Amino acid sequence: MTNLTPPATSATTEKVKLGLQKRYSREKRFRWYGIISIVVSLFFLIVLLADITYKALPAFTHHYIQLDIDFNAEKLGISAQSTPEQLRRADYSILVNDALIKQFPNVTGRQEKRALKNIVSSNAPYRLQAMVLENPSLLGTKQAIWFLSNDDSDIYYKDGNERLKPYETQWLDTLKAEGRVDNRFNSTLFTNGDSREPEQAGILSALVGSFFTIALTLSLSFPIGLAAAIYLEEFSPKNNFWVDLIEVNINNLAAVPSIVFGLLGLAVFIQFFGVPRSTPLVGSLVLTLITLPTIIIASRAAIKSVPPSIREAALGLGASKVQTVFHHVVPLAMPGVLTGTIIGMAHALGETAPLLMIGMVAFIIDVPSNLTDPAAVLPVQIYLWADSPERAFVAKTSAAILILLVFLVCMNLLAVILRKRFERRW
Amino acid sequence: MNTTNILLTLLLLIGFSYVIGRKRSLALAKPNAPSKGNNLHSLPSYYGYLVAIWCGIPAIAILLLWNVFSTPIANSLVTNSLPAEIQSQAPEQIGLFINRIHSAVNQGNIQELTDPVQKQAAEHYQHILNISKMAKTVLVLVIALLGIYLGLRMIKPELRARNKVEKFATFMMASCASIAILTTVGIVFSVLFESIRFFHDVSIIDFLFGTHWSPQTALRADQVGSSGSFGFIPLLTGTLLISAIALLVAVPLGLMSAIYLSEYASKTVRNIVKPALEVLAGIPTVVYGFFAALTVAPFVRDAGAALGLNVASESALAAGVVMGIMIIPFMSSLSDDVINAVPQSMRDGSYGMGATQSETIKQVIIPAALPGIVGAFLLAASRAIGETMIVVMAAGMSANLTMNPLEAVTTVTVQIVALLTGDQEFDSTKTLAAFALGLTLFLMTLVLNVIALHIVRKYREQYD
Repeated sequence: MTNLTPPATSATTEKVKLGLQKRYSREKRFRWYGIISIVVSLFFLIVLLADITYKALPAFTHHYIQLDIDFNAEKLGISAQSTPEQLRRADYSILVNDALIKQFPNVTGRQEKRALKNIVSSNAPYRLQAMVLENPSLLGTKQAIWFLSNDDSDIYYKDGNERLKPYETQWLDTLKAEGRVDNRFNSTLFTNGDSREPEQAGILSALVGSFFTIALTLSLSFPIGLAAAIYLEEFSPKNNFWVDLIEVNINNLAAVPSIVFGLLGLAVFIQFFGVPRSTPLVGSLVLTLITLPTIIIASRAAIKSVPPSIREAALGLGASKVQTVFHHVVPLAMPGVLTGTIIGMAHALGETAPLLMIGMVAFIIDVPSNLTDPAAVLPVQIYLWADSPERAFVAKTSAAILILLVFLVCMNLLAVILRKRFERRW
Repeated sequence: MNTTNILLTLLLLIGFSYVIGRKRSLALAKPNAPSKGNNLHSLPSYYGYLVAIWCGIPAIAILLLWNVFSTPIANSLVTNSLPAEIQSQAPEQIGLFINRIHSAVNQGNIQELTDPVQKQAAEHYQHILNISKMAKTVLVLVIALLGIYLGLRMIKPELRARNKVEKFATFMMASCASIAILTTVGIVFSVLFESIRFFHDVSIIDFLFGTHWSPQTALRADQVGSSGSFGFIPLLTGTLLISAIALLVAVPLGLMSAIYLSEYASKTVRNIVKPALEVLAGIPTVVYGFFAALTVAPFVRDAGAALGLNVASESALAAGVVMGIMIIPFMSSLSDDVINAVPQSMRDGSYGMGATQSETIKQVIIPAALPGIVGAFLLAASRAIGETMIVVMAAGMSANLTMNPLEAVTTVTVQIVALLTGDQEFDSTKTLAAFALGLTLFLMTLVLNVIALHIVRKYREQYD
């Protein structure tokens, strides 16, 4: 056994030991920087989602006001025997006004009377018109009918409204005390198109517009993107000028700002080819160009990950190159391709700026019925509502955002599931 | 028939032609020796595909061309049939006239037109449209049927159907890939042509170096400042200010998150945090814009007021911070990739020398990954410059030449949107200015992208 003596502490070791404490604390601090930056980033995410959810919740319910309507045929100047045309022409706002005056008999003064009319939404007369047209025997009867309240009244019931005058709040309180107010699920949000009146505005037309746009985008960009990816990965000659040019172009297009694609759509599709403005058709043409690079890049990665042994086996059994690719490589690459496509579509669904360029900011009430009808899409509807001054539109906008996010989450979940379930590791 | 119905009929015809092409080849085939198949060169389905191609492709091409060119041709026909006094008017007047006729015909209320000249023209237009529709239907279907006939006549057992079909498929795939080139060419030409027209009205020097931006052109010629001024500098500084704020938020947060996730975090933490960060990237920009305009901007203003600062309600700070939040996941996932690409042996070497983990990261990994991180930074910058919705909703409209983040500034993208939304004729200097701005935006981002992609690619080659 040798005698183990502790090594002589040199000056260097001494120095290292002295600095050790400092280095460890520096290490700790650095690690904390990382944790803090992750926490801050996630904090932003949570604040964003919580803020929008909190703002959106009021929009999913709406207060209805019950009024006793006297379907007085004489006042309307019609009878149960009148033709539908006459029934349609009658002025039903008289009935609503009468019911309100009866409810609050001591309202005098022009201004106050006008304010009283505005307790319920401006579509109340049309509701009565529709009811009478459907069932003329209502004439002469008295009915208690629930009406959509005006946005100001609704906000007052939800959390107070300083815009209302004292007498208006007094009416609303009276109605509430009499049990004539009910907070119900706001189905209008899902069954109506856009409207200048916040309480009548809904997202149906935007949803349908988005559906048309995304469906056409998908049916254009998926086949084109897949074909381009297959060509570039399997058939393109190597070291060819055009092929290199295509690759450089795809990589650059993926990083070009989307608003530039909007300018392209405006100048080429609308001005040069005369595609009608504000339609799902021109929208999806532009979105196809935007999503193509994403889909091509994802599909190429998926095709590349199929091992060469698959190709060699097929070729060895006498399949042609095209048969090998279409019968064996592409089916195996499909989960990756579909994942890329879904992510591209989710991107297209949330895209706003290029659609502003091609005129999809028009005020559209009607639900589009085909690809060449003017239409709004969901993100543009959000932009339009966010710009509206009425306070009730804040909740509507947040609700529309929430619905858009639900769609996006579903698409991304689908992509994740697809990847988890079908992706093969070779 | 309208285009949709024609397309559906065509699809049916294509399916039908596949079936009869396949049948025809089998009917022509003679069996070889027993149990040795037949004398067809290709599988029967290839003969079917060949006939389907002959049926579908020419007919679809004709249909597309017809739809693209029918409107301009109908317009010129209507214009030529107009009375001489209308034809002698300025081109804009004729365009207006034609537009009125279009909307009347499209909405089906020709009878409500009061002007007899307009009514006559509208009826003429309707007449031309009807003929065009009929001719289109007949022509497309005849071409499709002719294609089937020709395709069927070609079928012989020795026809190399598979080779022909495969050649066609390869050609189609190559054309799909070329769309990328066409898109770039389309972008360049659309912004370039309109920009050149813009620079006829406004000198390029005034545009690039002018310090005053107010595109409002006066309605009457005698109004003050009727020309509008198009100085690009305030927009550039505004864009750079907001982008700089965004990068100040995104780069440290994104980079540190990436370092922590790839070097320190356990697998479980990584599997939870990484997708959560990517959620930030999936949120549409219009949502960030709403968040910036309604939550962050008032908060910044109130916080500033509490500190005794005068903050504009559309401050560059609010828009920039929210844009930074949007870019965090972009920055972190790009940096994550490059940090992971640094070989493990370099880390091991550093640990072996007694370095702590943070020293290894700071002195070995980051220098090794630096080109990639710079590339990520440039891509993030290009995204910040081109970002539109956040600044449209949360930044200001008036062009201030300032570097104070508490004031309202405007950006290139905001002005493009402002100039192009709303009703105005296409050829005014204002709309052309939007294209000039688009060109500068495209060039700025292109330069950043090319440099970034070059750096990233060059770096990758070192460690592969």
